Amino acid sequence: MMPDTIPYTTHERPDTGLYNAKIGIWLFLASEVMLFGALFSSYVLLRVGSTNWPLGHTILNVPIATFNTMVLISSSVTMVMAWASLKLNNFKKYRLYLGLTVLCGLIFLVVKGFEYNAKFEHHLFPSTSTFMAVYFTLTGLHGLHVIGGIIVNAYFLGPGSKMWFKEPERLTNRIEVSGLYWHFVDLVWIFLFPVLYLL
Amino acid sequence: MMSEHHIDEVKKSVRIYITVFVALAALTVVTVAVSYFHLSLVAGIAVALFIATIKGSLVACYFMHLISEKKLIYAVLALTVVFFFSLLLLTLSGHHNTITGTQIVS
Repeated sequence: MMPDTIPYTTHERPDTGLYNAKIGIWLFLASEVMLFGALFSSYVLLRVGSTNWPLGHTILNVPIATFNTMVLISSSVTMVMAWASLKLNNFKKYRLYLGLTVLCGLIFLVVKGFEYNAKFEHHLFPSTSTFMAVYFTLTGLHGLHVIGGIIVNAYFLGPGSKMWFKEPERLTNRIEVSGLYWHFVDLVWIFLFPVLYLL
Repeated sequence: MMSEHHIDEVKKSVRIYITVFVALAALTVVTVAVSYFHLSLVAGIAVALFIATIKGSLVACYFMHLISEKKLIYAVLALTVVFFFSLLLLTLSGHHNTITGTQIVS
């Protein structure tokens, strides 16, 4: 191994049995669980302690959020298909699937933008009520994560994809890692959707 | 280059991914449909969180490959689960320890 190369990008470390980026992303995701966990437990505390909590569907738009849930689920499957395409040495399909993932992420954000705008037009702001504060904080933080994921995936769709021609295995691992992050963002939404909109 | 065996394995995984996608979409429809039944609050929360947990598990197990992951990842996640529930309980304990007269408004 060259002394100036990053170690264990493709080969597994003997002690962990994993390539370094994989254990790295899982540790990061563990910290993300705690970040969302802190906000989620705050939500539970505020709701349990509240004398009057509105039902989500009386204020929020369930059909739009259901559509957005479908969009995120679709983006998760296209993300994993992008990784599988690299495993099958099909670079063209990889770009197609990753492109679809980025597109789904953008659709999610645009729909969310319309949703936010509709709330503002009805004079519903984070300061309006505890429910709205919780709604904007949780969905806002989630939205920031979607933006982060889009930036990373767009990089791997564009300039980052060149790695395929020199180190294909390393790019495959990078896509697996960015996929793990993207699936986590989907997973968070899977819980946010019923908790905020349906209950 | 990947061996024939590996390629077959990935192709098999792809079929699983499609099945999981269909299951996730179906469960999303079920969650929304159940919410129109106007169950009691406790029953509604239990059903919604149960379905969300199944959906989350499908994503974690298949899309995130947790069904066949290395032990170290499981160890990290086990620790995360412990800390997550500790955090939840710690925060909730505040509910039983509020100053008399405190009222949270929605």
